[in-house]
Amino acid sequence: MKLLKKVYLSAILVFMYAPILLLMVFSFNESKSRAHWTGFTLKWYAELLRDQSILSALSNTFTIALFSTLIAVVLGTAAAIGINAMKPISKKALNTITNIPVINPDIVMGVSLMILYVFIFRVLPFGLEMGYATLLLAHLSFNTSYVVLSVLPKLRQMDREIYEAALDLGATPLQGFIKVVFPEILPGIITGALLAFTISIDDFVVSYFTAGSSVETLSMVIYSMSRRGINPKINAVSTLMFILVMTLLFIVNRREQINQKNSKKGNLK
Amino acid sequence: MPNAYRRFITLPYLAWAGVFIVLPILLIVYYSLTVEADGHLLLSLENYKRAFDPVYLTIFRRSASLSLSCTAICLLLGYPIAYILASREYAHKSFLLFLFLIPMWMNFLLRTYSWISILERNGLINTALRAIGLPTADLLFNNAAVLLGMVYNFLPFMILPICSVLKKREQSLIEAAQDLGANSRQVFTKLIFPLSVPGVVSGITMVFMPATSTFIISDLLGGAQNMLIGNLIEQQFLRVNDWHFGSAVSVILMLVFLASFGIFSAIDKDEGVGLLY
Repeated sequence: MKLLKKVYLSAILVFMYAPILLLMVFSFNESKSRAHWTGFTLKWYAELLRDQSILSALSNTFTIALFSTLIAVVLGTAAAIGINAMKPISKKALNTITNIPVINPDIVMGVSLMILYVFIFRVLPFGLEMGYATLLLAHLSFNTSYVVLSVLPKLRQMDREIYEAALDLGATPLQGFIKVVFPEILPGIITGALLAFTISIDDFVVSYFTAGSSVETLSMVIYSMSRRGINPKINAVSTLMFILVMTLLFIVNRREQINQKNSKKGNLK
Repeated sequence: MPNAYRRFITLPYLAWAGVFIVLPILLIVYYSLTVEADGHLLLSLENYKRAFDPVYLTIFRRSASLSLSCTAICLLLGYPIAYILASREYAHKSFLLFLFLIPMWMNFLLRTYSWISILERNGLINTALRAIGLPTADLLFNNAAVLLGMVYNFLPFMILPICSVLKKREQSLIEAAQDLGANSRQVFTKLIFPLSVPGVVSGITMVFMPATSTFIISDLLGGAQNMLIGNLIEQQFLRVNDWHFGSAVSVILMLVFLASFGIFSAIDKDEGVGLLY
């Protein structure tokens, strides 16, 4: 029984990792073939670094994820505080609306935002095109929801009386927020920001419909490359991304372990 | 906080949600209910009627059967993994669970792309077949390849919620059942499985929904003959430029999502295993 469990777990792990590892191994392959090993090379990585479209896509991906996360954190945290203080009916209504971008299929989000942009461009008197700005706003439209939904539970858990006590003791509302509310909801804000950032980096579908023809993200470059067939540069990208993801996850995991040791309370998830 | 102040800080979000969440939905519904006739927009149900054309019904049926099969396979493969990982001998090995979840963080497109090099005409499997003198096979661009890609991509979404629910179970309950004479099968069917239903439900939701709406997996592994709902929407918006019909299909997909989400959260009412994790 014990052996059976081990065999089963290993089989599934092989199924999950073999394709990724294969991709990585063949990024060092001399020829374009993805089945025959013809010798070790780093030339695909060198080509990657010389490829302007990939480099600019990489910077678009990171700046859009960063800016949309930062704006979403401000907008979403303010919104969560406001929503939390609302009357039950409007609270429920806004909660439902906030959930739409999370539940809605991403392809429907993509096309509906595309319709929105075209509609707005038609109404506005000056000619506009989809590009970096529309892409950023599109990412903001789902990122904000993730922040609101991560901060709201923390606000609900918070003891309102502490904040009121601070005001009674002479704190201004702003001081009360900074010294009492903010530290309480900070874990929620961090979770929301991490979630928003990762989802933004990983997004393909919404970007695909809202970026227009002038701007590309990394996912979009990968998509158009893989539709054209074999390209060892994609393998090189995968290897680099896999290493990056592993490093990030390792750091986050270590941080969580340390946090858990320090205080059993710090539950990020 | 004074009420006026509270209202003030919600204001930007209200405006934001109005323009970027509510308005797009209204616009897509409006587009789905109109047709263009010599430069004018006319209210009509034509687009929805067209969706019931046999050509499109085939696409809907393929989408439904593939996403349901994917969900079933993920449940069958994923439940035992979650069960083993949550069991006493493995529960402390959190690194192992972590190992099963890492692929979730790999770029979705790259994970799908990785199967092309295995399945294609000159790919790994066919090269191996040729090397041992067997005839090669067409493995790419069929429904099975799409199903494989879906299971590969979405399996971790099934394992995670089931495992976290199973980990929370009370060991004393199981011992009590054993003391009362239940054999291990009865312990599983009468105790462990019913207790894990919330995890199963949220796993099903997390696999079924993306599998229904995907267009990348079917695009890269399925080819043009094996369109799914997602491909139909993409085609209508970006290639054929019939936004009205595309909107109608999108609204139908949205309704399917809402309905399945409603059903799942009704089953899952008391145990709020969120969609996010």
